[in-house]
Amino acid sequence: MNQEAATGWAKVKELGSRISWQDVGPLIAVFALMVLGTAINPTFLSMGNLTNVFTRSAFTGIIAIGATFVIGTGSIDLSVGSMAAFNSGVMIIFMNYLVQHWGATWATVTAAMALSLLLGAAGGLVNGLVITKGRIESFIVTLGTMGIFRSLVTYLANGGTLSLNLPVRGLYRPVYYGTFLKIPIPLIIFCLVAMVGAVLMYKTRFGRYVLAIGSSYHVAHYSAINVNRIRVLTYILQGICVAIATIIYVPRLGSASGTTGYGWELEAIAAVIIGGTAMKGGTAKILGTVAGAIIFSIIGNILNLSDAISQYLNGAVQGLIIIGAVLVQRTSKE
Amino acid sequence: MAELAMQTIKICKSYGTVPVLFDVDFELKKGEIHALIGENGAGKSTLVKILAGYHQQTSGELLRRGKPVTYPNTGAAEADGVVMIHQEFNLANDLTVEENIFLGKEIMRRGFLDKAAMRQRSAEILQNLGTTINPRARVKDLSVSDKQMVEIAKALALNSEVLIMDEPTAVLTAGEIDVLFKIIRALRDHGVSIVYISHKLHEVKALADRVTVLRDGHRICTERASELNEDDMARLMVGRELSTLFPPKGQAPHRSAPVLEVQKISCPRYVQNASFQLYAGEVLGFAGLIGAGRTELMECVVGLRRRSSGTVLYRGKPLSARSYGDAIRNRIVYLSEDRKGKGLFTSMPLAPNVTILSLHEHLTRFGFLDGRKEEATLDQTIEEFDVRIPSKRALVSMLSGGNQQKIALGKLMQVEPDIVILDEPTRGIDVGTKQQVYYFIRELAERGKSCILISSELPEIVGLSDRVIVMRSGVVMGELTGEEVNEEEIMLYATGVKGGMAG
Repeated sequence: MNQEAATGWAKVKELGSRISWQDVGPLIAVFALMVLGTAINPTFLSMGNLTNVFTRSAFTGIIAIGATFVIGTGSIDLSVGSMAAFNSGVMIIFMNYLVQHWGATWATVTAAMALSLLLGAAGGLVNGLVITKGRIESFIVTLGTMGIFRSLVTYLANGGTLSLNLPVRGLYRPVYYGTFLKIPIPLIIFCLVAMVGAVLMYKTRFGRYVLAIGSSYHVAHYSAINVNRIRVLTYILQGICVAIATIIYVPRLGSASGTTGYGWELEAIAAVIIGGTAMKGGTAKILGTVAGAIIFSIIGNILNLSDAISQYLNGAVQGLIIIGAVLVQRTSKE
Repeated sequence: MAELAMQTIKICKSYGTVPVLFDVDFELKKGEIHALIGENGAGKSTLVKILAGYHQQTSGELLRRGKPVTYPNTGAAEADGVVMIHQEFNLANDLTVEENIFLGKEIMRRGFLDKAAMRQRSAEILQNLGTTINPRARVKDLSVSDKQMVEIAKALALNSEVLIMDEPTAVLTAGEIDVLFKIIRALRDHGVSIVYISHKLHEVKALADRVTVLRDGHRICTERASELNEDDMARLMVGRELSTLFPPKGQAPHRSAPVLEVQKISCPRYVQNASFQLYAGEVLGFAGLIGAGRTELMECVVGLRRRSSGTVLYRGKPLSARSYGDAIRNRIVYLSEDRKGKGLFTSMPLAPNVTILSLHEHLTRFGFLDGRKEEATLDQTIEEFDVRIPSKRALVSMLSGGNQQKIALGKLMQVEPDIVILDEPTRGIDVGTKQQVYYFIRELAERGKSCILISSELPEIVGLSDRVIVMRSGVVMGELTGEEVNEEEIMLYATGVKGGMAG
């Protein structure tokens, strides 16, 4: 009996030593921000507001899950926001075309979703191949494709806005606005993506190789890991995440333009970093990334609800949070 | 009685709650070469880091010229004439030699860099060192030994009176070591005091005036070097008799069909037309000077480096030239000479390092990674190789060099290799661990496996190898068997006096 209690206690202690501040930190930050939000304006805690906050975090959150893999290898993908815009544009054009033949049916929408996934994977493949086969810094390559995708969508929209056919928009609308068991669908998809991401990262050889490459490119090569293949796969995964985010984004506004998804790449990267993943690679915190994305959304919401700080300073507050989060992580490590 | 340059009185040091130095008294006279020896983890590095201001003692006193001093950082120590030269180079690779020599202590004139003065002073220092390094060359273009010279030049530019050298010869060739020794002796004759850390006892014997032995954080003794022979030193370090460093060689292996047949491999700039055979149950030594192309040849063999021509047959069938994975699947493994840069993920825990080559054997029924299987493999490795670790969740970087090497070997053994290629397997590890590695290699051979041993330490090659191949400038110079396997004969081939058979 006593012994049992002792081993039980040992287990608790073991668990305690396994939980590091780095892992829990972002979750505590989310909690603290929610307390702050409630203090500033009690409507913050209303179901409607909270649902809105979490739902809006889904776009960058889903993209950030993919970015966690890319950054885990020590690389970066700056093209995700532009890729999302391009994907949105192509989806809308494709549905507007299909509606003439198939009408405003789920077949039309589903085909566009499939196309989006295909495009995302292909975009990631291009990024990955140019980086690995061309042996060019990922920063430079994706800076290039960021410009290319952005310009392509502007071209497709002729400098204006692409609008989705109204009946299709009506049909597609619940994918963003709908709920399942009272939970918004984007939030469900975000959770699913995060769970799949966590399993991939921590429970598969692919995830282990990602962290190995991020830890040391050379050691990975000398451990018979096909470094290029894994890196290309992380970019494809990133592209697929962008496609999923696009699929739930398009029904929100039903339009796409040259400014769609503007700045998403920075928000996604920031979410990953706030979550405790190191820019140089070798570590990856999927749960942290989720928290990071939510933190961003909450801050924007609090600024909206309070009059203390101008909404126009949203970017400045976010910037301070990013720098502050990294400083806190550094000191807690030391 | 000679003046004391530095002295420690009852110095203790703990990292957190872990004590590593216990009441160490150490005296360094002015103008002496004082060797500091001990196994890995004996506290040598900690002691010299306290002398040089990297760490501060937990208790005890540090004296410089007889007066108590505290160095809050390395800058303070350097300003007081105490400089440490690291095992790993502390050079900015993209800067020139002269820029490196004056890095952080640039000579200024009217607020701008006085490049002319620095260039002249660099040239003087390098000339005094007897090297022909161009002060305007970029450090990344230098050979390893020249980098070492730049490190020394950097220390001399500070007019240092106490020079601490941590294994300066680890990467040098015999000729370069001779030059270095001349320089060290000349420095001593000019009144510089030198603390010299090395695992190579014959060097200590040849160079040092006095020797201090540390073991488990205690000072065991300080003796005149002339009064100790190498066996005494090894015994004092280990604290027990090192009966035989090398295991006895077995029967000359029965030569049937070769296990591995390497035919005319070339790799531009490094290897020309190299061929050799490897048989079951033998240890094949690869001797040669540093830069002889042995590492590059082996990297070509296992598919880590592209070759321009040549084939490799494993048990009669060709191996892929481009994939180390193919070699691994055929149970051929390679241990890199660069343990931290290519061998182990130093910032990761131990288990993922040990299992990285064999993750397919650490999966659950559903194909996911099985943490418990990985931990079991780690446990098994720790037991098999007698690895000393602070905790199971420790990172590789927290282990001593010798224990890291055991983890690296454990990693390779996970694929149950048939051929093991070891590149400088005992570099930077202590005598006790070296002996364990030697017995490990012999045991592999006795179990019918084949082992290739690249080493720049001739006693190692001679003590372990059944057969020796000597390379020079990328060419196989000759093959030695039986009585021919001795240091003199190997040097004759390695330096090009003998040999040079075609292909």
